[in-house]
Amino acid sequence: MNYAEAEQKYDFDVVRWFSVAAVIYLVVGTLLGVIVASQLAFPALNFDIPYITFGRLRPLHTNAVIFAFGGCTLMATAFYSVQRTCGVKLWSNKMAWFTFIGWNLIIVSAVITLPLGLTSGKEYAELEWPIDIAIAVVWLSFSINFIMTIATRKSSHIYVSNWFFMSMMIMITYLHVVNSLAIPVELFKSYSIFSSVQDAMIQWWWGHNAVGFYLTAGFLGIMYYFVPKQAERPVFSYRLSVIHFWALTFGYVWLGAHHLQYTALPDWTGSLGAAISLAMIIPSWGGAINGMMTLSGAWDKLRTDYVLRFLIMSLAFYAMSTFEGPVMSIKTVNALSHYTDWGIGHVHSGALGWVGMVAAGALYHLFMKLWNTEMYSTKLVNLHFWLATIGIVVYIVAMWISGIMQALMWRDYTEFGTLTYTFAESVAAMHPYYVMRAVGGFIYTLGGAVMLYNVIMTIRTASSRAPSGSTAAATA
Amino acid sequence: MGNKIHSTKLQDKAERHVGTMLLITALLLSVGGIVEIVPLYYLDSTMEHNKRPEILWDRQEGQTIADWKQGDGIRPYTGLELAGRDVYIREGCYLCHSQMIRPFRDEKERYGHYSLASESIYDHPFQWGSKRTGPDMARVGGKYSDEWHVQHLIAPRSLVPESVMPNYPWLVDATVDAEGIRARMGAMRTVGVPYTDGDIEEGVAGVQGKTEMDAMVAYLQVLGTMANLDHGVTYRD
Repeated sequence: MNYAEAEQKYDFDVVRWFSVAAVIYLVVGTLLGVIVASQLAFPALNFDIPYITFGRLRPLHTNAVIFAFGGCTLMATAFYSVQRTCGVKLWSNKMAWFTFIGWNLIIVSAVITLPLGLTSGKEYAELEWPIDIAIAVVWLSFSINFIMTIATRKSSHIYVSNWFFMSMMIMITYLHVVNSLAIPVELFKSYSIFSSVQDAMIQWWWGHNAVGFYLTAGFLGIMYYFVPKQAERPVFSYRLSVIHFWALTFGYVWLGAHHLQYTALPDWTGSLGAAISLAMIIPSWGGAINGMMTLSGAWDKLRTDYVLRFLIMSLAFYAMSTFEGPVMSIKTVNALSHYTDWGIGHVHSGALGWVGMVAAGALYHLFMKLWNTEMYSTKLVNLHFWLATIGIVVYIVAMWISGIMQALMWRDYTEFGTLTYTFAESVAAMHPYYVMRAVGGFIYTLGGAVMLYNVIMTIRTASSRAPSGSTAAATA
Repeated sequence: MGNKIHSTKLQDKAERHVGTMLLITALLLSVGGIVEIVPLYYLDSTMEHNKRPEILWDRQEGQTIADWKQGDGIRPYTGLELAGRDVYIREGCYLCHSQMIRPFRDEKERYGHYSLASESIYDHPFQWGSKRTGPDMARVGGKYSDEWHVQHLIAPRSLVPESVMPNYPWLVDATVDAEGIRARMGAMRTVGVPYTDGDIEEGVAGVQGKTEMDAMVAYLQVLGTMANLDHGVTYRD
């Protein structure tokens, strides 16, 4: 099918808008990360202004990267790939636009409320109850549209990427609704109906599965569509996909408890979480191998295809994080790693390495397909790739060192049996690594900015070339 | 090609029929959460006060929080403490300070007795945290003077030069909204905190003319001090 036919057949405009928004949010979200990282290195950067102190900006950073960047990427790729794999238009183009506008209004409301200190105080679910309700509505509009598009498909079987997207949609609905249950006091103030250990377990059931389904299952949906497409090879193993999908769907849900080892959570729950965490190495690596081996017979493409590099590097980070995670869930390791920067490093090797890289690869693919063009500059794609890779490595190395160092300092004893270091001494020791982390994050952000520039130039060039009045030009 | 089964019959059916796929997925996704969360509500061993009721305040008929004495046991927060806790949440303190001491030798020496689940029974939401960029707060109550806390919140580095904590000078100027506290204590009662009408009246009266700094210090000073825990007793198996 040529470009003009595809343009006729599918609803691409909403996908274009989601794609461009995703790249903008990539830059904004990571820039916020650089700011909060710098505040930890140099506390004067809080400037005594309430709205930009670390405690208020950090939730804005996590919300921006997860929900703004991650969300727009997921919605762009899901709405695109579901049409291509099902051979039909979206079930409702209008509803997709509702999703786009609604989701972006939610992001705007987060940008306003979080710096004002309007927060529910639940990590990674800080937004207050009216916004939570809006999220549920918009999320359901996204999910229903996606599922109904599958229901009206032309193909006999549902393609594997769509299984993962649907699994994410169901799980995020469960998680968001249960974890956000609260009694409102004022328009932007509520109290969770849960407390103590039950709240902790529900919070981390949410927290880990936001990672497990939103940032993993959803992005695996991206992987299963875009890696084969970009490599022009079928998925390596159908069987491995089946095992990967069902094992991940059943297993990931159990992992939240490993965030609460040695806390007041009962031992049985933490141990159960750790045991399943270890078992999860198998489906995770199965999936990573499935993605990488899709390139088998076409490895030479990595030399010339920079977009493919992003996708394959993302799988390497996926494999690394899904090994590191289970290791950290083991009780003895967790006793050391919990409460330290190691956790922050782990999250970022997953978020910057896996999520950020696979998203960049998929988005580059989308820009070329949607605007029927090559990227404005492949050199800049390559530059982005190296900035991203180097940025991640600097970031996670800094966090490994600081995390393990602070844990060892906290538990160190003198020969007289007293604690060697005060807490303040451990804070002082972190300074160089906090600077290093901010630098790593800055390099990564720079890569995002290069991407944004490249995307803008690609769209401008494509639009000026396209005949006037075409949809591509109209949306640029 | 369309009719050939490449896997099992069930898998093939799920791949051909979106409703089947959704149903199986939805069921599988619900198992882990149910198994890990639901028992926490009915297993008595989850909350330590089921075995050791003395760690909860045994309120007598007609008593209000004002009748509670230090060490009488875990009780709901006063209005002022609750206002302080709301400031703690608003400023995102939980992002850098945990309130959950683990049962390790070094944590016992640095922070005190390990934390119990029952100690956060009135915490909606819980404030255990996940990161110690700063030290644990679970038992910070009584360790420093009120004056120290005020100075430390206004300018942390004037007392702890290594600190990376932001300054919070605006807490001194902001007053606590007394009627807001009435609504907040009422909402807490709705979610299960056993406030009496007397507690709420006292709470509202207690925040009159108080600043957010007063509230914050009151909250910090009560953390971990409600129950007298005995190092010789096994609260949790």
